[in-house]
Amino acid sequence: MANPSEPILRYKASIRANHWFVAITFILMAISGLALFYPSFFFLSYLLGGGQSDRILHPFIGVAMYIGFLSLALRFWRRNYITRNDQQWMKQIGDVLQNREENLPPVGFFNAGQKYLYWTMMLTLSALLITGIMIWRPYFAPYFSIPAIRIAVLLHSFSAFVIIAGIIVHIYAAIWIKGSIPAMTRGTVTRAWARQHHLDWYRKIGK
Amino acid sequence: MSLQSLDIIARSATTNPSPQIRHTEEVAKLIDISKCIGCKACQSACMEWNDVRDKIGTCDGVYDNPPDLSPESWTVMRFSEVELEPGKLEWLIRKDGCMHCADPGCLKACPAPGAIIQYSNGIVDFHEEHCIGCGYCIAGCPFNVPRISKKDNRAYKCTLCSDRVAVGMEPACIKSCPTGALVFGSKVDMIKHAEGRIADLNSRGYQNAGLYDPAGVGGTHVMYVLQHADQPELYHGLPNTPRISPLVSWWKGITKPLMSIGLGLVALTGFFHYVTVGPNEVTEHSKEEVEEEEEK
Repeated sequence: MANPSEPILRYKASIRANHWFVAITFILMAISGLALFYPSFFFLSYLLGGGQSDRILHPFIGVAMYIGFLSLALRFWRRNYITRNDQQWMKQIGDVLQNREENLPPVGFFNAGQKYLYWTMMLTLSALLITGIMIWRPYFAPYFSIPAIRIAVLLHSFSAFVIIAGIIVHIYAAIWIKGSIPAMTRGTVTRAWARQHHLDWYRKIGK
Repeated sequence: MSLQSLDIIARSATTNPSPQIRHTEEVAKLIDISKCIGCKACQSACMEWNDVRDKIGTCDGVYDNPPDLSPESWTVMRFSEVELEPGKLEWLIRKDGCMHCADPGCLKACPAPGAIIQYSNGIVDFHEEHCIGCGYCIAGCPFNVPRISKKDNRAYKCTLCSDRVAVGMEPACIKSCPTGALVFGSKVDMIKHAEGRIADLNSRGYQNAGLYDPAGVGGTHVMYVLQHADQPELYHGLPNTPRISPLVSWWKGITKPLMSIGLGLVALTGFFHYVTVGPNEVTEHSKEEVEEEEEK
């Protein structure tokens, strides 16, 4: 019989380190990328040492981020299969936003929002990697035609917009759902947190 | 190269307006292809005035030498052999280089503030000290002109000798042309000059002679007199209706502010959600349920 006050391990240390590696590189990517996207954000390039070094560092950090992301994504792969409950959960997004969790179908390790973010990241980061290589100067861009580079650069900025918006939502969700942040900082959540937000997962580990 | 700031009308990656009190005459270089003999004196003069030297290349079977524009070769003669009527070979020689568009795609695409400057006289100039080497200008240009140097990762192209023009001199290439194929002056005068040249070509059987000053890029400050203005492609692929690619316009046009506002709205929505609906905390009910279940 478990002690109800004893926390549950949700993310082990290697997962947490992996997550924060991706998080830190993502922030650097967003800063250095937005600097090149819109004049009003150009000042952000000075955080990476100015325009030239921003342009040089951005793709290298990007490759590091993608490798980190793949490592995390492969470990989470099976937990992100979309189920019937997830579709129902998304239909009741109003209840989600209004904190009426009692009306929602029971959630497993990840809820539908987390799963869709996972697949959005998979899609956009892969698109960013491919289009990023196509516009990477001076190494790879010379091998692609100018019309191809135009398509790549447009897709690159659009994918970046989608995923930066997605990550803003991700960060907000961690602030909004109290008790979530310790899962990624210390690795643990309370039993009540698990029961309230991830009932199926809670039942499964309770066995 | 920097010129006086009062002459700037557009600056890359800059949203604030430029100085506006001074008005200068628009200038233009007129290239009369029917008079060009392909001597490349203009290429030499360009290298000499700007003090840049391309590496010695190899002949690749045509007269084009160097074979392409480069960070050191800002203008290159393009030789095209065409036979519009059987048995009547024409050797069309086009001086290639920056067209100094009134609506410059390079400037639109450039993310580095002040790396590309458009002067009120129409010259579009790269200020290499601000260039970050991203190559966006290459994607933006409808004429495939900018070249990035492998030595310093900065973009180079014809300046229309902005330094000479600023002090009332004509560009170096103009000065060197032995046949008068290159002329320089105010854009209005150059259009007038071109009309005389076109009338002459018409009288000599070139019914489709005309001026190349494409409206799709707002007109250019380097214009051509073409014997076959109905087929500019004959001249080493000079685009018929050049314009900034719609892909570039979407990327650096309206989407730029829209996406930026979009990101701000997402963050603000989160903030207002938090202060209205509020956080989702673990309820007493959940805690009690856990205690009951664990005791079983």
